[in-house]
Amino acid sequence: MTHSITRIERSDGWVGLRLRELFEFRGLLYFLTWRDIKVRYKQTVLGALWAILQPVLTMVVFTLFFGRLARMPSDGVPYHLFSLTALVPWTFFANGMTAASNSLVGSANIIKKIYFPRLALPMSAVLGGIVDFVLAFIVLIGMLLAGGVVPTINIIWLPLFVLLAFVTALGVSLWLSALNVQFRDVRYVVPFIIQLWMFSSPIVYPASLIEDPVLRVVYAFNPMVGVIEGFRWSLLGTETAPTMMTAVSVLVALAMLFGGAFYFRRMEKTFADVV
Amino acid sequence: MAQSAVTVRGMGKQFFRAAVQRRHDTLRDLITESLSAPFRRAAKLLRGQATGAAELDERFWALKDVSFDVQRGEVLGIIGRNGAGKSTLLKILARITDPTEGYADIRGRLGSLLEVGTAFHQELTGRENTFLNGAILGMSKDEVAAKFDEIVEFSGVSKFIDTPVKHYSSGMTVRLAFAVAAHLEPEVLIIDEVLAVGDAPFQRRCLGKMKEVTREGRTVLFVSHNMSAVSQLCDRAILLVDGKVRTDGETDAVVDEYLSAVAQHSIGVDGDVREFPRNDTHDPQITRVTLNGEPLTDHCLVGLFDPMSLRMELDLNSPQRDCIASFHFDNQQGETVCCLHSGWTHGAVDLNSPGRHVFECTIDKLPLVPGNYHLTLGVASRGRYFDAMERVAHIEVRGADVFDTGDIPRQQRGAGYFLVPARWNTSR
Repeated sequence: MTHSITRIERSDGWVGLRLRELFEFRGLLYFLTWRDIKVRYKQTVLGALWAILQPVLTMVVFTLFFGRLARMPSDGVPYHLFSLTALVPWTFFANGMTAASNSLVGSANIIKKIYFPRLALPMSAVLGGIVDFVLAFIVLIGMLLAGGVVPTINIIWLPLFVLLAFVTALGVSLWLSALNVQFRDVRYVVPFIIQLWMFSSPIVYPASLIEDPVLRVVYAFNPMVGVIEGFRWSLLGTETAPTMMTAVSVLVALAMLFGGAFYFRRMEKTFADVV
Repeated sequence: MAQSAVTVRGMGKQFFRAAVQRRHDTLRDLITESLSAPFRRAAKLLRGQATGAAELDERFWALKDVSFDVQRGEVLGIIGRNGAGKSTLLKILARITDPTEGYADIRGRLGSLLEVGTAFHQELTGRENTFLNGAILGMSKDEVAAKFDEIVEFSGVSKFIDTPVKHYSSGMTVRLAFAVAAHLEPEVLIIDEVLAVGDAPFQRRCLGKMKEVTREGRTVLFVSHNMSAVSQLCDRAILLVDGKVRTDGETDAVVDEYLSAVAQHSIGVDGDVREFPRNDTHDPQITRVTLNGEPLTDHCLVGLFDPMSLRMELDLNSPQRDCIASFHFDNQQGETVCCLHSGWTHGAVDLNSPGRHVFECTIDKLPLVPGNYHLTLGVASRGRYFDAMERVAHIEVRGADVFDTGDIPRQQRGAGYFLVPARWNTSR
């Protein structure tokens, strides 16, 4: 009988991603995600309603202040629909990033006792937000229809924009979660990053405010620009042609993801010693 | 020749002492640390506390040059004092941490039972946790499903399998966790001190399960302080001393050597502690310590709610006035949970002559929550200790079903430090 041989030795510097191993542990990814979903609203009164309340209440506040008082332009769409369309993917991104950044530190006891591909932890933390996203999305569609906005045929592209949001959230979280193991500062930095990032993304204002085409491409270096403009384009039929900006956002998101994955793998071997 | 299941060659693991002792919880700590460390090191050189670069860097080898083979179907015991590198070795083999040098080859699937149950989520039911834990250990969903009934049966918690684990007793959690891990069916199994938990029948069942595992031709690496379990289970043992393999051979011989090596290193035969390392300012004047009439050893067992007597013998250089003796019990987190202080309970005494004196302390029913404690002891005169030994031995308080409920109390978060007999009344 032959057995597979596992060689255990020091790995220096940059190492491979070992995606095959991650694939072998896909059952774990599934169960961790499922655990996160299952546990998320235990012992809360409102339960899964939180998934809807977060974006909807934010929408109400934004509509009051930015829509009514500041008279922010909204690409010709009623302001509340305009902002909710952005808030739904944004909430998925922001919550995923928050959960994933803390995923390693929060699972310190498992990391110190059991071997498994650590990548599964931040990944499942981001994936765990999918159910919340779907719930919020249903509300979004309901409100669009109620507001007389029928999603365009471009809605078929929507899953790709969700994927882009996922990739962005995971990419950032890989950096942050690995850094968090060493520097607990990250915990305090994350809410701050999210706040800054939110106002750097076209949530309360349209990306069309930026008229210079070159500046727009620069603006799209923030991958959430691609996500949110993509959502608006496919659901509201706004004018923003997503081609160039989307391409830039996708490239930046992929670069963050791969950079993050390699950095994560490089730091991974020290997690158990440091966390 | 049969191929070995585990091959370890030249394995070493180096820790930076700074990484162990000072953790940089914030970036600010790291910055101040990086700025101050060079000065601290230079000061150390000037004071003559360090002689070489290695000492300056505050590194140490938790493991060094460890090589051994384990044949398929063999049960290897790994023994050694606390801090000898056993846990580090297991963590490397379990792939939790990387070695600094050397390598290990493991043929086949590896499963580890290092403190089972850590992955349990309190809010999930026993059933859900079984699947989750199985997945973390590397089992597929189908694999767990196929063995599910067997696992539940083995754990003996079938009635509560759909209850959230937070309502389980500690014993039930551990039994279920062990059951999941024991059914992993890896080719190589690593076990660290799991037998320290659970009641006696369950421990017997665990031992039985482990024997069964080895009969099926699987390989087991077993770490324990429990020498009788090691002797019973293992064909061969290696003794680790200061991160190196001291002996590798037949279990009984290695166990004997361990017992005498332990004695050599710290507490001599017959509880002699004169050679035990002290703080520089202390002149060894405590000569011998006994526990329940037996000489103190590196690892002693006492039963929960059993009587316990600790006794220290002194050989004084000079008379000492206003003397007290104390025994401290520190838990694994380093907190002193109990201090037996002769001054508090008895008042200070004058030891008017040099030479032999004895302090003895007796407890009728030891109320410490079961678990491991470090024993620290000392004698003081007028509030100054003139001899003391830190962490001279491990005292393991072994749990028992003292309240006759079928449940054994153990050390865990929220359990507190002491077990206090109490009467309960439930009414409505």
